[in-house]
Amino acid sequence: MSAIDIRKLNVVFGDYEDRNHAVRDVTIAVERGESYGLVGESGSGKSTVLRALVGLVPEWSGEIAVLGEQQKPGPRRSHDFHRAVQMVFQDPYASLHPRHTVDQVLTETLRLHGLKGVDARIETLLDQVGLGGGYRFRYPHQLSGGQRQRVAIARALAPEPQILLLDEPTSALDVSVQAEILNLLGDLRRELGLTYLMVSHDLGVIGHMCSRIAVMQNGALVEELGVERMRRLEASHDYTRHLLDSALRSVRGGR
Amino acid sequence: MSNLLDVEDLSVTFPTRSGEFEAVRGISFSLGRERLGIVGESGSGKSMTGRAVLGLIRPPGRVTATRMTMNGEDLRAASPRRMRAIRGKHISMIMQDPKYSLNPVMTVGRQITEALRTHEKVSQREAKARAIEMLDAVAIREPERVMRLYPHEVSGGMGQRIMIAMMLIPNPEILIADEPTSALDVSVQLQVLEIMDKLVRDRGMGLIFISHDLTLVSGFCDRVAVMYAGRIVEVCDAGRLHEAQHPYTRGLLNSVPDLEHPRDRLEALKRDPDWRSAPSVSALL
Repeated sequence: MSAIDIRKLNVVFGDYEDRNHAVRDVTIAVERGESYGLVGESGSGKSTVLRALVGLVPEWSGEIAVLGEQQKPGPRRSHDFHRAVQMVFQDPYASLHPRHTVDQVLTETLRLHGLKGVDARIETLLDQVGLGGGYRFRYPHQLSGGQRQRVAIARALAPEPQILLLDEPTSALDVSVQAEILNLLGDLRRELGLTYLMVSHDLGVIGHMCSRIAVMQNGALVEELGVERMRRLEASHDYTRHLLDSALRSVRGGR
Repeated sequence: MSNLLDVEDLSVTFPTRSGEFEAVRGISFSLGRERLGIVGESGSGKSMTGRAVLGLIRPPGRVTATRMTMNGEDLRAASPRRMRAIRGKHISMIMQDPKYSLNPVMTVGRQITEALRTHEKVSQREAKARAIEMLDAVAIREPERVMRLYPHEVSGGMGQRIMIAMMLIPNPEILIADEPTSALDVSVQLQVLEIMDKLVRDRGMGLIFISHDLTLVSGFCDRVAVMYAGRIVEVCDAGRLHEAQHPYTRGLLNSVPDLEHPRDRLEALKRDPDWRSAPSVSALL
């Protein structure tokens, strides 16, 4: 049984001239414990796939199964689903309540999932993401971007999920901070046996984090390839080659 | 005197409840007819440096320098009126996100012609012709049609090329580009940078390229100044960036995930408190 099994997913926004076929016949299977990457430019539909999966985009057609449980279109998901699947968003400045302390953010999540021993759990969570108890009663504006993203990761880990959906988790951060967060995510996956489905436009980041990669363009999945093939630049689709080429040229410094 | 810009001992300070905050702490640099990159993390003072040169730091922020000259003219003594004439005509700036720096209720054409007519006495008709020519130069197809569009009708990459057209049309000598491509997709980034690079070289302008992306800067600049906590910690030739000595520069270089050279763990930057107190390295020519 795959952790995530998406078959022939289609998402359409708007009607008539505003019609936007954002996701076209996308089929993805993510195995348990795997780290899977979705790449593409803005507007390619990669984030929409994640949002349909968690119910943030209520209308879609196709099949989505998570840990063997079939999902239906619509915003509702079972309690088990919410425990098993958590999401980390791109912008840590926008995804934390500005008037809740770290403690309040984590307490709320733990209570919602009916977990006992909130106090001890918060200590553990903060340790896991490398923040320590000193940050427990701070507000988001008292934290740096990297620290906020650590809080967002702690919140995602709170219900002890099996799957983390990562939507550009480091693109709002400096490279040095990005390295810390990527290391943290890598460590957590190894320690807790998590499954990652990660969306990013940065091929370097995806190549570092994921073992399999799917490339999206205009809503459709154009190619799926293993990280080894990507590193050897053996892409068969033109668009993938174009993406790899621009990524490498920017790493090598443009010339 | 061949330098376009000379800045010595520049500081930018902001009063806060817990005392003065020094965003830029006594840096010196000059700009010839070259491309100078200023790199650093957020909060390192790189954007404040660009803004200080243009006189865009508003009170209560304070700018001090022992020298700040453009072509020999003292910018510290320039009146607000003179500064307005300098901005655009002599020094232009491209900001990060075209979504915020283009006027949403004015057509692209009007914004570009306005930029030109503020600084030059030209007829509306000639301004329009030159705007179309300029849009063509930044590789925008069907410039006549784009002239009539509003900013929300163009993509991010196009918006940024329009910004470049607008900033270059009065023919400034110095262009300050503050993270000009960080809001764009990778595949569009290079195209926009190549256009900017070509125009800057063809016109013999000086470019200050502010970015957090070391490798990107090294590809498009001649010299790179690395900033940390308001000071310049290292200056080197862009081509020899990989030989950089300072542990901060090395740390930044090593923390980038590299597609071709995978590593199990990325190198996390260990910050040394000494970097903060070390004197600023001069980037004067």
